[in-house]
Amino acid sequence: MKACLQWMMVFSVVVFVVGCSSTNKKTEGFGGSDAVTSGYSEGGAIQDERLGDLEEITNGSLMGGEFNNPDSLLSKSVIYFMFDSSEVQPVFAEVVTAHAQYLVANSGQRVILEGHADERGSPEYNVALSERRAKAVARMLEMQGVFPEQIEIISYGEMKPSEDGHDQAAWQLNRRVEITYQAQS
Amino acid sequence: MVVKNLKIIIVLWLAMLVFFSHSVSAELTIQITGGTKSAIPVAVVPFAWRGVSGHAPINVASIVSADLTRSGHFKTLPVRDMINKPSRTEAIKLGNWRALAQDYLVIGEIKQNQDRFIIEFKLFDVYRGKQLLGYRLPATARGLRRTVHRISDLVYEELTGLKGVFNSRIAYVTQKKKSKRVSIYRLKVADSDGFNPKVIASSREPIMSPAWSPDGKKIAYVSFEKKKHRIFIQTLATGQRSTIPRGRGINGAPAWSPDGSQLAITLSKDGSPDIYVVDLNNRSWQKLTKSYAIDTEPAWSPDGRQIVFTSDRGGKPQLYTIPSHGGSAKRLTYQGDYNARGSFSKDGRKLVMVHGNRGDYRIAIMDMATKVFSILTKGPLDESPTFSANSGMVLYAKIMNDKGVLSATSVDGSMNQVLTFDKGDVREPAWSQ
Repeated sequence: MKACLQWMMVFSVVVFVVGCSSTNKKTEGFGGSDAVTSGYSEGGAIQDERLGDLEEITNGSLMGGEFNNPDSLLSKSVIYFMFDSSEVQPVFAEVVTAHAQYLVANSGQRVILEGHADERGSPEYNVALSERRAKAVARMLEMQGVFPEQIEIISYGEMKPSEDGHDQAAWQLNRRVEITYQAQS
Repeated sequence: MVVKNLKIIIVLWLAMLVFFSHSVSAELTIQITGGTKSAIPVAVVPFAWRGVSGHAPINVASIVSADLTRSGHFKTLPVRDMINKPSRTEAIKLGNWRALAQDYLVIGEIKQNQDRFIIEFKLFDVYRGKQLLGYRLPATARGLRRTVHRISDLVYEELTGLKGVFNSRIAYVTQKKKSKRVSIYRLKVADSDGFNPKVIASSREPIMSPAWSPDGKKIAYVSFEKKKHRIFIQTLATGQRSTIPRGRGINGAPAWSPDGSQLAITLSKDGSPDIYVVDLNNRSWQKLTKSYAIDTEPAWSPDGRQIVFTSDRGGKPQLYTIPSHGGSAKRLTYQGDYNARGSFSKDGRKLVMVHGNRGDYRIAIMDMATKVFSILTKGPLDESPTFSANSGMVLYAKIMNDKGVLSATSVDGSMNQVLTFDKGDVREPAWSQ
């Protein structure tokens, strides 16, 4: 039953944002004196409007065919973890293997492993924990012949939850590694 | 005068609009709960307005009352209970205040001189009938709130002998969701009571772990811009920022040395996260920890000799110390199954941390001499504790009504203040020292 539930989670479509290279950041002065800084306070509002430019696309629409086919293991790209654990559970091993086989067959293809943690505990410790999860998946890929150069890791800790809730149901979906393919240039 | 039951619950729905000149407004609600038997009764009389327009631009008495109340040391008299409201010495009837069991009295007035203001205030000892303080403080319209917090500091310092922290600042990170997968993260700096927030950096990728330089002029923080961890040091006055050389993987948890010349950080470039010390003058690194476990969240002892950090080398996250020039690590905490994010009080005698037991996370303080723990908060999802400069209060992040909010508590746990911002989640507070 639990495994079944986990599979359902895996089917949730992973969407990733291509706008990463256009990450819009700016820095502003903080006027301890009477310097006018209020205009800067609106910086956020301006950026918010630009968000319309962001395209959200799925692995499937980027990669085509097998990534869209729900019968293919490649359509599953989220690995979930137990509490405070970075061990890839057996139920997810074949998902990792499917991606490993694809990456071995397409050695020019690069993948990003995004590590995540649930919100409990300290944020920086969670960054470390989520990196350990992503590294566990990376190790499995490499053991099956994927080149380390094909893999990039970023650990987000608790900063990018997939679910908003503050309960067990949300936490088990937030403890995850997302496998996303980088667009080939 | 003994007041029997001082269990007070004060809810200050200040809910005041913080105006920016471009009509951007943010609503902030401050809720204060608690009270102690030893709280000192003080009456802060509404200040008289002597200006050209109809009413004063700021309610001095309510801000000073709120500041004093949330320190946990004072109980302030509600305005409706005041028999009269003097603003000058000659109008004070000491008998009235004695009858109301007030130990101290604050009165004053605001004068306007074109676009500038002068706030005058006096502090009296009601029983001895003696003036303890008297100040005239000039202020610009923009600087009014900070000046009022300065009054709170002066009163607090006179009556407690401790340095006031109301005129300090806090930094924190807000997250506002734009869609399921897109959020805007903003690093903000505000007055210690959450007013006058200003955005100092914003990004679509997470911003984390702000840390004030000891002189309060810079903030170090972690930004995930371009999907890479990077530590920035930003000068508040100019908005200019520099970065320290990054390593592959985690670059996080910056902590300033007490003299501001070094930064302790976490890097995972060699595999597992380890603690490093970076010299900010020549940007050289020294690696302090070399375990295969997670070592992160460094914080310096006040004398700069030790660094406390979180490590799971024993299986679960616990706090350890290591000499800041290198040496062997020593385990510090044994109570509970999770102790993380430690930081020292100014005198080095206390350590505040996130303390977890079976999935319940609270803020706790450990006495360094006796190793006795006291739990300050109710949990279950409390994190990121930061001491005030006088170590009398702790600011931390928690979840309330499904929202990330900031909360401040006195170190004896008697007073609690919640800052709720209208929009989005707030986390990762840091209090200027």
